[in-house]
Amino acid sequence: MTVLKIDGLTQYFSGLCALSDFNIKLKAGELVGLIGPNGAGKTTVFNLVSGFYQPTKGDIFFLDQPIDGLKPHQVTSRGVARTFQNIRLWNEMTVLENIMLAQHASLGYGIRDLFFRTGRYQRREQKIRNLAMELLEIFKLTELAEEKPKNLSYGLQRKVEIARALSSRPQLLLLDEPAAGLPSQDVVELIELIHWIHREFKIAIWMIEHQMKVVMSLCSRITVIDFGVVIAEGTPEEIQHHPGVIKAYLGDDQL
Amino acid sequence: MESLIQNILNALQWGSFYSLIALGYTLVYGVLLLINFAHGDIVMVGAYIAFFVSSLLLGHYHSIPIALSGGMALVLTIPLTMILTSIVGVSLERIAYRPLRRKGAHRLYVVITALMCGLVLENGNLALLGASRKKFPEMVDKVIYTFGTVSVTNLKIAVILTAFLVFFLLQFIVTKTKIGMAMRAISYDKFAVPLMGIPIDSVIVFTFILGSSMAGLAGVLFALSYPILDPYMGLTIGWKAFIAAVVGGIGDIRGAFAGGFILGFLEIMVVAFFPSTYRDLFSFSILLFILTLRPTGLFGVPKTTKI
Amino acid sequence: MIKQKLTVPITLLALLMTVMLLAQYEVIDLYIQTIILFVGINIIISSSLNLVNGHMGEFSCGHAGFIAVGAYVSSVLSVALFAQDRIFGAPLLPPQYAFIGFPLVLLAGGIAAAFAGLLVALPSFKTRGDYLAIITIAANYIIITLIINIDKIGGARGFMGMKRVIFAMEDVAEIPWMILWVFIFTVLSIIAIRRFVSSTYGKGIIAIQQDEVAAEIMSVNTNKMKLIAFMLSSGLAGIAGGLYAHVIGYVNPKSFDILKSTEALVMVYLGGMGSITGSILSAILFTLLLELLRPLQIIKWVAIPLLLIILMQFRPEGIMGNRELADIFPRLKKFYRFK
Repeated sequence: MTVLKIDGLTQYFSGLCALSDFNIKLKAGELVGLIGPNGAGKTTVFNLVSGFYQPTKGDIFFLDQPIDGLKPHQVTSRGVARTFQNIRLWNEMTVLENIMLAQHASLGYGIRDLFFRTGRYQRREQKIRNLAMELLEIFKLTELAEEKPKNLSYGLQRKVEIARALSSRPQLLLLDEPAAGLPSQDVVELIELIHWIHREFKIAIWMIEHQMKVVMSLCSRITVIDFGVVIAEGTPEEIQHHPGVIKAYLGDDQL
Repeated sequence: MESLIQNILNALQWGSFYSLIALGYTLVYGVLLLINFAHGDIVMVGAYIAFFVSSLLLGHYHSIPIALSGGMALVLTIPLTMILTSIVGVSLERIAYRPLRRKGAHRLYVVITALMCGLVLENGNLALLGASRKKFPEMVDKVIYTFGTVSVTNLKIAVILTAFLVFFLLQFIVTKTKIGMAMRAISYDKFAVPLMGIPIDSVIVFTFILGSSMAGLAGVLFALSYPILDPYMGLTIGWKAFIAAVVGGIGDIRGAFAGGFILGFLEIMVVAFFPSTYRDLFSFSILLFILTLRPTGLFGVPKTTKI
Repeated sequence: MIKQKLTVPITLLALLMTVMLLAQYEVIDLYIQTIILFVGINIIISSSLNLVNGHMGEFSCGHAGFIAVGAYVSSVLSVALFAQDRIFGAPLLPPQYAFIGFPLVLLAGGIAAAFAGLLVALPSFKTRGDYLAIITIAANYIIITLIINIDKIGGARGFMGMKRVIFAMEDVAEIPWMILWVFIFTVLSIIAIRRFVSSTYGKGIIAIQQDEVAAEIMSVNTNKMKLIAFMLSSGLAGIAGGLYAHVIGYVNPKSFDILKSTEALVMVYLGGMGSITGSILSAILFTLLLELLRPLQIIKWVAIPLLLIILMQFRPEGIMGNRELADIFPRLKKFYRFK
């Protein structure tokens, strides 16, 4: 089953071509990588899928439904979750509140319920809370429920952010440089975490990453883009020896 | 046809005031990304300073034995007012805004401070000078030029000319001088600028001097044109000029200049065809409409946040 | 357990009873009564603006416009319905029912104000930050000018007759009605705001303030939430306006200009953005301060801005920051089942 299909995606930012004729197909449960030098257009692809930009040209299909043109919160409600390069947790709210808020679109009660504190409101709030606590348990973050993210280590924050993204039980998870800013020990843990998520949640994961250790050990397939154009696609071994890729990169981690 | 020309001339004059004030707003915003809400009140302060200076020079204060002719007094009043008003503006910067800037305070806090400074200026004036309005002395004889049924005074022409001159001067400073470049640099990256050896505080003080002296100039001209002064005169015209600057594209000198005239035209045209009580209603509604179509203003550069 | 949970309602009821008795038997004179009424009204104004400027972190500068809408709509309705007056003639409904109609009329004012909030908020979606300031300031001016131009309800001269509605209520029962109404609606407003921001739904606006992009991507419909918050905020302001109009008995468009909006801003930032306790405290403090400074009429409006300038320099987060009373005194948490 094809989870995500992108056709001929092209993006112009006032005359600057950020992305040119980008195509990809992700199947259910795949773990795919998207790599390229800085400024290649990787985050632009994610932003387009998420709904932050309208594509200049091209189509994006999620579970065979077109999603280009939808607002980000609508895309998320359909089953696409995402994390960011810079961790975007709500720092003045507790970890638990962060996770609970991710279910905002499926709260199941209305304004009248919340003003009158009806039975439905109480039950639904409790249910959301329980779901959030369950998730924290699965991720072994239970003790941190009442902590504020700003007091946690960067690695833990990253973990919370990924947990938050999964709280809506999406079918596609977009990870934007999850290893960015992590010390090497945490990177090893991150690789295990993503492995585990992939097996546990059985979801498709699409990952942008610069650290080759992460990409090569996790992804079954990698797409390489440079200056908005796909220059290579294949398995990790193929990409490692692809001359075009080596030329474009020349400078990141050891392959 | 002639009444149209008359209206256009009136609009140009009225718009010149908005432009002058809008230019001051945009200078400070362009550099500091700060909406200096006190700016309108600085114009008021300028008008009052001009009042006292000119009264003094004309010999109205018998304890000080000066008595200049109207024209001479005017020639001195304008630069004196501009200098004194700059002092007021710079003092605001040093006392209220700079400490917050040093602390890296959230922009909102500076904006609120600016709003409050405006209030202090208005009500301080009210407290010090009382509620009775001051009448600005007549300094230059009005000369009316008539072309058919269209008439325009020398003062009106002077105001319009001044607005254009100030615009070209500011545009020159900002685009062609080194300090202008420094001003623009600060608006892009406040932190990199000192690292490049540019004394950020000096540039900011210069910006305030420029902006406040323009406010002072606007104050003098306004007082000459509409001689009744009251402490709240800066309030409405300040807010409106600010909105005009935003509609034009705040941060851009051309935007402020254009915005001021657009507002001037709107107001004069509305009053020409509708009862004057509808003036604010229409002008604000149209301005809002323009903003809806172009949220960053006519000349504004859309700011994108990196996601 | 139950005894603890009822402590707050009982205390409030006792407070209400005390004040009403004191007023009834004229232990506290009309002047003090009016101050108490203004405290209540200012609490609603301050906490409702805090929703948008504090919890949601926006910069709305025209709150007085919504207060005006509520004031005028409820005044016109209550006078037309329950009182004899020059413009509308005889009351359309029996004045004995004024005490039933009054809260409904207030709500009508609130709904009208909420609708005005909707109209103001819609153009603001493409913009944020500084631009909302402009839109709300412009809206404030537009609303005032609109009112000035509606001659039927007095235009610039103002509108009166609300006192007769209160007299009609007093014909039914000789009690200080406005104290009752202000009290009830102040408490209801605070409860409404509290329930809103403590629900996961309402927390969406706090998420917007802390990181709007994250909120959007985490399935919060940010545009809708902004609208709802804005409507709630302006609706409550409208109710405050209706109460204000009936307390004074006379409304005039000038009393809802940018200066009144500034008062509201002062209260919000004095109390602390995002703190309901803060809004309540600052409203009380501000009202009392205004009264205390009344003899020094002129420097009143020099002292207050100066206070805020100093506040911004040394304690910009206001009295409470973004904390509530229960964050400072955790033992209070036993007495109510919030957060």
